[in-house]
Amino acid sequence: MVKFSLIAVAVGVALLLGAHWVSVDYLYFATYTILQFVVLATAWNILGGYCGYVNFGSAAFFALGAYSSVFLHKAFPLPVPLLIVVGGIVSGIVGLGMGYLTLRLRGSFFAIATLALAVVLATLVVNWDYVGGSRGAYIIRPESIDILGLKITYIEYLFALMLALTVIALIAARAIERSQLGFGFATIRDDELAAEACGVPTLKLKLIATTLSGAFMGMAGAPFPYYIGYLQPSSAFGLEYAVNSIAMPMIGGTTSWVGPLVGAILLGTAQQYATVTISSAVNLLIVGLMLVAFVIIAPNGIVGLVQERLRARRRQ
Amino acid sequence: MTALLHVDNITKRFGGFVALDGVALEVNQGERLGLIGPNGSGKSTLVNCICGTLQNEVGNVRFDGKVMDGLSAHERTHAGLARSFQLPRPFHSMSLADNLRIPLLYTVHARQGLLRSTADLNARCHELLEMVGLAAKAHQLPRDLTQVEMRKLELARAVGAEPKLLIADESMAGLSHSEIDDILALLMRLNERGITIILIEHIMSAVMKFSQRIAVLVSGKKIADGAPQDVVRDPEVVRAYIGQ
Repeated sequence: MVKFSLIAVAVGVALLLGAHWVSVDYLYFATYTILQFVVLATAWNILGGYCGYVNFGSAAFFALGAYSSVFLHKAFPLPVPLLIVVGGIVSGIVGLGMGYLTLRLRGSFFAIATLALAVVLATLVVNWDYVGGSRGAYIIRPESIDILGLKITYIEYLFALMLALTVIALIAARAIERSQLGFGFATIRDDELAAEACGVPTLKLKLIATTLSGAFMGMAGAPFPYYIGYLQPSSAFGLEYAVNSIAMPMIGGTTSWVGPLVGAILLGTAQQYATVTISSAVNLLIVGLMLVAFVIIAPNGIVGLVQERLRARRRQ
Repeated sequence: MTALLHVDNITKRFGGFVALDGVALEVNQGERLGLIGPNGSGKSTLVNCICGTLQNEVGNVRFDGKVMDGLSAHERTHAGLARSFQLPRPFHSMSLADNLRIPLLYTVHARQGLLRSTADLNARCHELLEMVGLAAKAHQLPRDLTQVEMRKLELARAVGAEPKLLIADESMAGLSHSEIDDILALLMRLNERGITIILIEHIMSAVMKFSQRIAVLVSGKKIADGAPQDVVRDPEVVRAYIGQ
């Protein structure tokens, strides 16, 4: 655990230094988006992959994080790291509430309920004038920022924060996976009745999962207004967040922390590439096609495919 | 002997259908009780009400001196009630050893704070697998098991929770004679260690061999309760099984 954390932090620092050395603004913009999707996919996977509860409302949690930043930006401005914490708390609480109301539902019913949550929240935000309503809100990003006497561009600062958040999310996901909590989550995914019979407090565990998952999604969304500069409901609650958060873990593999990471890097990079070379509208088409392809070729994702291969080789 | 389980006047309805109608049952500490009845007579519903998978509307369940009504299934497992399912329900994404790790982590560890170290946990998992003769397959997945092995895993997982009362719900359906003897011997060994057992079964030879007492459910009502020889000669029981 400690070893993994150290490695993850070391990789993060190496990426940071590498990026600083190259120092191309476009690289920061593109990588930020990919990292943001790594966090979203990892967060989705805590509930969707580990517990087997499919959440279609990822965009709602992401947007909650983003809009709590917009709100605070106007009410009492805080530094972005604190905004991330606030976004996490707000989305975590909403996740807990959603869990409490909906976790008696299973399968498609739960998925529909989460979708409904996204619609309700989007409607609320559209009608809330203080955070911009349907007009959207502008957030003027400072040109640069001083960190410990070092002057860096603001986009590099945001990139560094998202990188740190990614490292934290991955460490948390891996820690959960190997803990008693992770075993409990897996029993919920496999068979809830049997889990209860073995003494697993399933409702409590599911609430922990919705809270954690929601919190990380909110944290991923909190710096978003600063990144994009102009936030409107249709972009914060966009379909691409809901679809990507599901598709990335599915393509990477849902049973381990590696899956969402691999899926997000693969899909995120493909999307960034398509945005530059073809058009930004092709994004969801790529996701759709890849999802169809993977459901047919590798239903357990890339990680599942590799595990099968390894197991088959061991048998020979 | 003191009664470990008191089931008092339990009634359970599904819509207009009365699945259990005022069932009362007592099970003594260390006893081996057979629970029989035709298909659809309410045996599994009774188990579900005792174990908290279903909540009964009327009546109450007391176990080990504590009232169980309103408690969820996992709280009852913590109190010392364990069950196996009629159709085995293994955690199919986990190895056999990990399947057994669950009751150890979530019940034994939570209850007594035992098994703190990974080594203790692994040793106990191995012990349980050894008990049911599955030690060699510790790292395989449940889908690699045969029917009888699956049922043994199901029993081992229930025993893993270190229950005071074990309810084995049709652990022998569809098995061959020697396989039935295997499971019976296993249940006997558990009983010798002081675990009270309720055996729900259709295979009469097994029930007769195993039970010290037999209770009979028909259409949600208990129609007989007593020594095995007396119960099988009871005219009402004969009528329920064979017809008039």
